[in-house]
Amino acid sequence: MTLRQLLAIGSLAVAPIVLSGQGKGVPPADLLKPLGASWPTYSGDYTGKRYSALKQINRTTVKNLTLAWVTRLNEGPGGPGFGGNRSPVIVGGEGTGPFVPGVGGDTNKSSALIVDGVIYISTPDNAWAIDARAGSERWHYYWKTRGGTHVGNRGMGMWNDYLYFETPDNYLVSLEAATGKERWHKVIADFNLQYFSTTAPVIVDNHVLVGTGNDLDAPGFLQSFDPVTGDLQWKFFTVPMNPGDPGVDTWPSLDAARHGGAQPWLPGAYDPDTRLYIFGTGNPTPAYTPGRGEGDNLFTCSLIAVNVDTGKMAWYFQTSPHDMHDWDSAQTPILIDGVIGGRKRKLVSTAARNGYFFTLDRVTGEHIVSSKYGLATNWVASIAKNGSLRRNPEKDPSIGGALVSPTAGGTINWEPPAYSPDTGLFYVSERNGYTLFYLTDVDPRGSMGLGGVEQVNVGSAGSYLTAIDYRSGKVVWRRPYPGPGNGGGGGLLATAGGLVFAGDAGGNVVAYDAATGVPLWHSRIGGVTAPPQTYMLDGRQYLLVAVNDMLYSFVLY
Amino acid sequence: MKTSNVFVAAALAGLTIGVHARASAPQQFPQQQRTPGDPAVIERGRTLYSVSCSACHGVDARGGQLGGPNLLRSQLVLMDQKGEQIVPVIQKGRPDKGMPPMPLSEEDSQAVATYLHSLLAIAGRQGSPPPSDSPPPNVLVGDGTAGQAFFTARCATCHSTTGDLQGIASRVTDAKALQNLWVSGGVTSGRGRGGRGRGSASGITATVTLPSGEKFDGRVRRYDDFIITLVLEDSVERTFRRDGDQPKVEIRDPLQGHRELLAILTEKDMHNVTAYLVTLK
Repeated sequence: MTLRQLLAIGSLAVAPIVLSGQGKGVPPADLLKPLGASWPTYSGDYTGKRYSALKQINRTTVKNLTLAWVTRLNEGPGGPGFGGNRSPVIVGGEGTGPFVPGVGGDTNKSSALIVDGVIYISTPDNAWAIDARAGSERWHYYWKTRGGTHVGNRGMGMWNDYLYFETPDNYLVSLEAATGKERWHKVIADFNLQYFSTTAPVIVDNHVLVGTGNDLDAPGFLQSFDPVTGDLQWKFFTVPMNPGDPGVDTWPSLDAARHGGAQPWLPGAYDPDTRLYIFGTGNPTPAYTPGRGEGDNLFTCSLIAVNVDTGKMAWYFQTSPHDMHDWDSAQTPILIDGVIGGRKRKLVSTAARNGYFFTLDRVTGEHIVSSKYGLATNWVASIAKNGSLRRNPEKDPSIGGALVSPTAGGTINWEPPAYSPDTGLFYVSERNGYTLFYLTDVDPRGSMGLGGVEQVNVGSAGSYLTAIDYRSGKVVWRRPYPGPGNGGGGGLLATAGGLVFAGDAGGNVVAYDAATGVPLWHSRIGGVTAPPQTYMLDGRQYLLVAVNDMLYSFVLY
Repeated sequence: MKTSNVFVAAALAGLTIGVHARASAPQQFPQQQRTPGDPAVIERGRTLYSVSCSACHGVDARGGQLGGPNLLRSQLVLMDQKGEQIVPVIQKGRPDKGMPPMPLSEEDSQAVATYLHSLLAIAGRQGSPPPSDSPPPNVLVGDGTAGQAFFTARCATCHSTTGDLQGIASRVTDAKALQNLWVSGGVTSGRGRGGRGRGSASGITATVTLPSGEKFDGRVRRYDDFIITLVLEDSVERTFRRDGDQPKVEIRDPLQGHRELLAILTEKDMHNVTAYLVTLK
């Protein structure tokens, strides 16, 4: 895409709606465009590809990248700024206790929104607007929490001039993008039931699609809220909740199903042609022990397509039937328009936490490919005709210990993959750790939540940047992340410059050749914690990389 | 008492892993945030529960054979603040679900509610139930004779029961710890939820050969695609820049054999070898 085309898109974006005169924001129609100069939603666009059309930074020029600015995200209500650019803190929230950095505190695991020269970024309980040219803070919103698990925040959603993010104590908070002033906050899940919310809302037209999370045997659900009023539009449960619901026969009882988990931990992808929002669900609960029969436990560990207007399920495909290792299949899937057997197909692909890769027809859910991409993955006994993985029960947690790869953390976890239409390759970070899973709670009723096991990591067959042919599921190449530990923290970015950006295991952000996996540029800024992102301003392409609470912006001058 | 011990333990655990001194409360859910109940009331509630409730709901409140649901994940119990939901259910029952009314006074019903809240308060992280008093199961499930045969065939090329492994079971007396040790080769780590376990380069050595032919041998401090840092024989660190194939780097991992073993080791063989190794007192 030329600079002129990019500018043209930029001006189109501004034209239709200027709501309150406060900046231009993200009109919903903008989200239908492929990812380019700005980054208006979690994955950049609806396809989940994390493929930017920008190519000023490319295989030839990448070696000239230089640091434009660096800044620190200062969580909480006070404290020193970085480089003297701290802005006054806007305080919201229902909590009454003192500020305490959380488990995920100081760690940025989010995808920023980058719109009109401003970076909107979030960590648990915190949101910022940062000048994309200067790195200076425009505003900082801080949410006083009631508590809950502070494991991470994946980012915000934007509808025209309004921002939306979720808090660990289960509020959907809407801010004015221009000022950071709160518009409203709404309860999205019951804190008493130990829900906690980490994911990034996804905006589709006048729907704010919101997932939540839970570890204590509570049912998962996806909700849609009105972007103006915050009123609930629909709520879709990911496990059977009533007698006769689809999938109820895959549980020993309705009570077991209603405590079955299947949390939508991460944002999905959206297909405007079918109006289907396609997202993944998490593990069944109890996660590691008996207590949920011998059935498949629908719709845990599944890819699910729901109609965004009705919240009704169109299809599902379960990627880990009767999971026994906490291998969520919540990974953001990627929509690919490809050719299978000489026929054009509308596809969706996902690399799951359980070490297997899947391609489906995204209109019907019809299965096309199931293949192993985790080198060491060892828990599958067989693959049924319909692509369904059947587990080897020897690998279930046991009293004497089961030796399993991947670890409970998975071959991949939340870190998003990428896809390049130029190479036809699906990129994912692949981790091949081994864990001994000991069953410590032998009660036949099963344990609760993630209890009842002890896990000891006993080695690894290495971690890789892995390129997969989405049509066959075959691994085309693996580039090792050398050294001990795992690479790929934070996730991936692919660009039309022929590059894939990733954090390696040694604390470098690396630009790899998208065709071969050969590293072409790196900077040792520390272990990358959020997906690298790119944007274009004043005719220059930037690369944004997060390391814990630090934010680095590289540019070509 | 029990509750505060758990809080102290949690706070200590936080201190050992974190940079910040963390109070635990803001991380927690309402059930762990409440003011603990009167110990005397909790104790009375425990007794009343065991008499009136445990037959259906289990001695640990995690559900029983007569069909009573697990109360520690019950929406009603989790939503209850101070008996306002639990007490009416105890006194009126839930006839639609087969639960009869229990002949408990308001005060006794309240005590049961307080007891249930005390259980929720000491539940483990990530939805785990409260800690159990029963000892963990014995991991020794294998056949030592078969394990010896496997050892002779697979392990004896590097290890000897009269050499490095002599008396191993006296040095490592816990069978689970022994199994973790021998399977991993000595490098284990706990679970990292994000799957980004930080490994260590311990034991790894390398030879770096410069284009000039000059060679450096040492222990690997760290390496990636771009640099390698060795600790040389005189304890001096030296870092070499890597550019593709130059300089030549040969990395030696003493655990390579164990890594290869992980790919082929079955649960049965593993359990058998452990059953054999525990005899090497």
